[in-house]
Amino acid sequence: MADTIFALSSGAPPAGIGVIRISGGDAATALSALAGRLPEPRRASLALLSDPSDGAPLDRALLLWLPGPGTATGEDMGELHCHGGRAVVAAVERALGRMAGLRRAEPGEFTRRALANGRMDLNAVEGLADLLAAETEQQRRAALLMTEGHFSRRIEGWRLRLLDLSAMAEAALDFSDEDDVPDAAIEARIGEGIAALAQDVAQVLAAPSAERLRDGVRVVLAGPPNAGKSTLLNALVGRDAAIVSDVAGTTRDRIEVPAALGGVAFLFTDTAGLRAEAGDAVEAIGMDRARAAMDAADILLWLGDPDALPREDAVPIAAQSDRMDHRGHPGLKLSALSGEGMDALARLLLEKAAALLPREGDYALHARQRQGVTALLRYLGQAGRQADLLMLAEDLRQARRAIDTLTGQAGTEDMLDRLFAGFCIGK
Amino acid sequence: MHTSYDVIVVGGGHAGCEAAAAAARKGAAVALLTFDRNTVGAMSCNPAIGGLGKGHLVREVDALDGLIARAADAAAIHYRMLNSSKGSAVQGPRVQADRKRYKGAIQAMLAQQSGLTLLEGEAVALATEHGRVTGLILADGTALTGRAVVLATGTFLGGRLFRGEERNEGGRTGERAATALGHQLRDLGLPIARLKTGTPPRLDGRTIDWGALEEQPSDSRNWTMSPLSSTRVLPQLACAITRTNEATHQIIREGLGRSPLFSGAIEGRGPRYCPSIEDKILRFGDRDGHQIFLEPEGLDDRLVYPNGISTSLPTDVQQAMVRSMHGLDKAEIVVPGYAVEYDHIDPRALDSSLAVRAMPGLFCAGQINGTTGYEEAAAQGLVAGVNAAAHARDEMPMILDRASSYIGVMIDDLVLQGVTEPYRMLTARAEYRLRLRADNAETRLVPIGLEHGFVGEERRRRYAARQDRRGLIDAELRRCMTASEMARVGAAVRQDGARRSLFDWARFPEVGRALLFDLAPSLRDAPEDLRDEIWEDAHYAPYLERQDAEIADLRRNERVTIPAAFDYRCIGGLSAEMIERLEGARPDSLAAAGRVRGITPAALAAILVHLRREAA
Ligand SMILES: Cc1cc2nc3c(=O)[nH]c(=O)nc-3n(C[C@H](O)[C@H](O)[C@H](O)COP(=O)(O)OP(=O)(O)OC[C@H]3O[C@@H](n4cnc5c(N)ncnc54)[C@H](O)[C@@H]3O)c2cc1C
Ligand SMILES: Nc1nc2c(ncn2[C@@H]2O[C@H](COP(=O)(O)OP(=O)(O)O)[C@@H](O)[C@H]2O)c(=O)[nH]1
Ligand SMILES: [Mg+2]
Repeated sequence: MADTIFALSSGAPPAGIGVIRISGGDAATALSALAGRLPEPRRASLALLSDPSDGAPLDRALLLWLPGPGTATGEDMGELHCHGGRAVVAAVERALGRMAGLRRAEPGEFTRRALANGRMDLNAVEGLADLLAAETEQQRRAALLMTEGHFSRRIEGWRLRLLDLSAMAEAALDFSDEDDVPDAAIEARIGEGIAALAQDVAQVLAAPSAERLRDGVRVVLAGPPNAGKSTLLNALVGRDAAIVSDVAGTTRDRIEVPAALGGVAFLFTDTAGLRAEAGDAVEAIGMDRARAAMDAADILLWLGDPDALPREDAVPIAAQSDRMDHRGHPGLKLSALSGEGMDALARLLLEKAAALLPREGDYALHARQRQGVTALLRYLGQAGRQADLLMLAEDLRQARRAIDTLTGQAGTEDMLDRLFAGFCIGK
Repeated sequence: MHTSYDVIVVGGGHAGCEAAAAAARKGAAVALLTFDRNTVGAMSCNPAIGGLGKGHLVREVDALDGLIARAADAAAIHYRMLNSSKGSAVQGPRVQADRKRYKGAIQAMLAQQSGLTLLEGEAVALATEHGRVTGLILADGTALTGRAVVLATGTFLGGRLFRGEERNEGGRTGERAATALGHQLRDLGLPIARLKTGTPPRLDGRTIDWGALEEQPSDSRNWTMSPLSSTRVLPQLACAITRTNEATHQIIREGLGRSPLFSGAIEGRGPRYCPSIEDKILRFGDRDGHQIFLEPEGLDDRLVYPNGISTSLPTDVQQAMVRSMHGLDKAEIVVPGYAVEYDHIDPRALDSSLAVRAMPGLFCAGQINGTTGYEEAAAQGLVAGVNAAAHARDEMPMILDRASSYIGVMIDDLVLQGVTEPYRMLTARAEYRLRLRADNAETRLVPIGLEHGFVGEERRRRYAARQDRRGLIDAELRRCMTASEMARVGAAVRQDGARRSLFDWARFPEVGRALLFDLAPSLRDAPEDLRDEIWEDAHYAPYLERQDAEIADLRRNERVTIPAAFDYRCIGGLSAEMIERLEGARPDSLAAAGRVRGITPAALAAILVHLRREAA
């Protein structure tokens, strides 16, 4: 029997309330030990919690008793809605931790149990993790779509289409002697079906990835020393994250600062200034890292010579526009000091980010999902080029396996169901 | 009469005959008990052996030194390679057999098999002690003792025949049912369900207008079902083809009310693959006609089998239906068609050796396990016979997995998924069919048969010689050539600068057989079957390599064993349906659990987590 686990599942105290969740076989025992009684299932009620070891009152709290398996984790669960002060939460957690069979949950353990108990499929679990970690409004919406199974439903649609294609291929393969299965026509239909499905799959794959949404759009500031990169970074993130000085070579390493602009998560990276001769070995390494960051940037802000853009899509910035000697530089005119052009820059960043991030109502794919969908697309592509029906059927089988890794089983029986429903086969 | 044996086999059908012969080849003292020694090896239905998927099974049983392929060759009056326009992996060798000669061939092989005694009688009960099987009780009171019993009673358990309004107890037309044994199996608590199957009317060939019909001649090439049969021995007959038409369909529709299939009299489910003509008309009413093959049942037999009109309509409707078809307007029915409903054991009660999990010493094979077809029956019979002998002699069972053979695929399907309709082999069921070809059955299975000690001397010698020869050819095909060297010998391959072995070059369309033969003379000189096998291996090589990874994965998950008493209910959150399926199938490994229908990766992850926790 697994341990019973507990954890504070609301934000870090102090806060308005502190919600402590308990999951496992001893949840009921723990609730009654604290509250002196077990409340009616699924009914919130108020109770005075006291420490079972010495009877000392801990807090007046709202109590919930949720017997499994119809719970979030699939196990018996309890919830304590306490006052959110540090001391209160700590005292209740201490009392729980002293009970036999109870321990503090490890990170993600509630979700792991939900998965282990079949309460969620893998796609939903990944969505939930994002939902919990969501900081921006956009992240929250995309994660919600994933937990609610939009992606799973989409895959289910693909799975059914794939089963139909497989059924047709198998019919053409094994039963072309049957007069109900006309050979040539069916092969053409299979080809069209594969092409259409591949197109839909490719579309989803072209959508931006969840990592981008979670970790933020990568904006890299680059250019020669003293261009004003660090100053601009500080202005964008609203605090002094990078040291600013007029000594060339001050920024030697990459400085990454997450920040939200207009509800969208960004990851801003300040880099070492690029110049022909490095002052020392450390600066040289810093410049290499700067170049690597520039390559990986989603948006590259270039504060250097506009005629020497390091990437075609780099955005030329004419920084320090308040300085008389900087007048007339091409590019987006902006001054981190006077604030000129900063609104325009924010608008530009949001506009570019929108193209990189899932649209409203879209969900984003995770690395694992992306892998499965990529494999699916690869096998569909192979199948589409296949002249030998037998190999085509094998590619379709591999495509079904790729889908299986994303959701449930698309076993042979499911395919045969389709085959026999569609064709009159057998003597 | 001698009454003590290692293995007792009940039933002289295709499953029972292979079981008895295989157990005896393995060295067991075997009794084969059946109602009537004259029906040993009888074909209940269509006198054809092989076909799509089934042809694979026949070749596999043959590679394991079984009887079916050699008997089929001895009786074949028509050979046909089905799907010959498709890749060899899905080609299905099929023969039509002379019914009497087939039965005769089987009976002759059994008579020659040492260690095998044929007994006549009815098995009425299993003898058991402490939950293990110890023997068998016959209707006349005789008690046989045996360390293992194989039940291969076909459609005879609780068999009931239907034709229109007529009802009869029986396993086949004119034969009784095995009622007492059926009752005992139910009483023992074995899970039992009902299925149905049917057969068409038999026609008098002298009343068919052959001249008016399209002919289908026997395949002219000289292949045989078994490589041990050196040639085709009997004269070959042609079949003919006719079709149902709108008038036929109208007659059937009007008769439906009198069909036991639709009056609710039959509860068991029939095969979707082999639907009755009633089913075809009802489910696919929009089709304007269905092809019917007219197959002679023997050289000196006037009966003709109209393949495609299995039916349980009343005799008068059958007569009208037959006469509505082209070329059959004067045809006489000799034996009308009928449906049979019978008990079968839920095969999920078996393990992969075909042993009944709940009763050590008891094995089941053939139609009793919910399958349909001679080939399916024969294949299970062989496995059950070998394993019953292994059980009696305390040896390791032979387990064939999905990557080894169609036999393995079938048994895995049966014991994990159970059946909802009579189970028939299809190539689509075999995920590794590119490697499980009818043409390489010997290479795949003879070594397994040798390892388990039930392959005879003749086959062993042939296999050893063939392997030696293959070794030489493989060595020659390992020689590497560059693209430009290939061009110089006349293959217009793309000049990608690559160096490949001849084996790899073989799959390039620009490299024809003739050129390969020039480059590897040992291949040219090899017998045709070996040549074809190597050619196909080369052709599919990239796919086979990809599958190797998949199979390694499968075998790794097969090593994660699930204890027989594993409590799925302790994994909260598995749906009731999943728990029921898992408890029914009792998969013995994580890999097997993953194949149970409806089990999701999340559920598998949950099972794995619990297994690890229990192990910790
Ligand atoms: C009417 C009918 C139609 C069919 N149609 C088709 C078809 O269209 N296509 C297809 O592929 N397959 C068809 N089949 C199935 C095919 O014939 C069987 O699957 C195959 O023969 C099963 O082999 P078996 O060895 O399991 O049993 P069977 O061949 O049925 O043999 C059973 C044997 O057991 C003996 N027996 C039974 N009970 C006892 C007892 N208590 N004591 C002693 N002996 C006993 C019987 O005498 C018999 O010899 C049909 C079968 C029937 C009956
Ligand atoms: N007047 C003015 N000075 C600036 C501006 N941005 C940066 N500077 C000055 O330019 C010098 C170099 O700035 P810094 O941000 O360290 O440049 P970096 O080397 O590109 O990171 C510092 O002395 C800054 O104060 C600006 O917008 N206006
Ligand atoms: Mg700087």
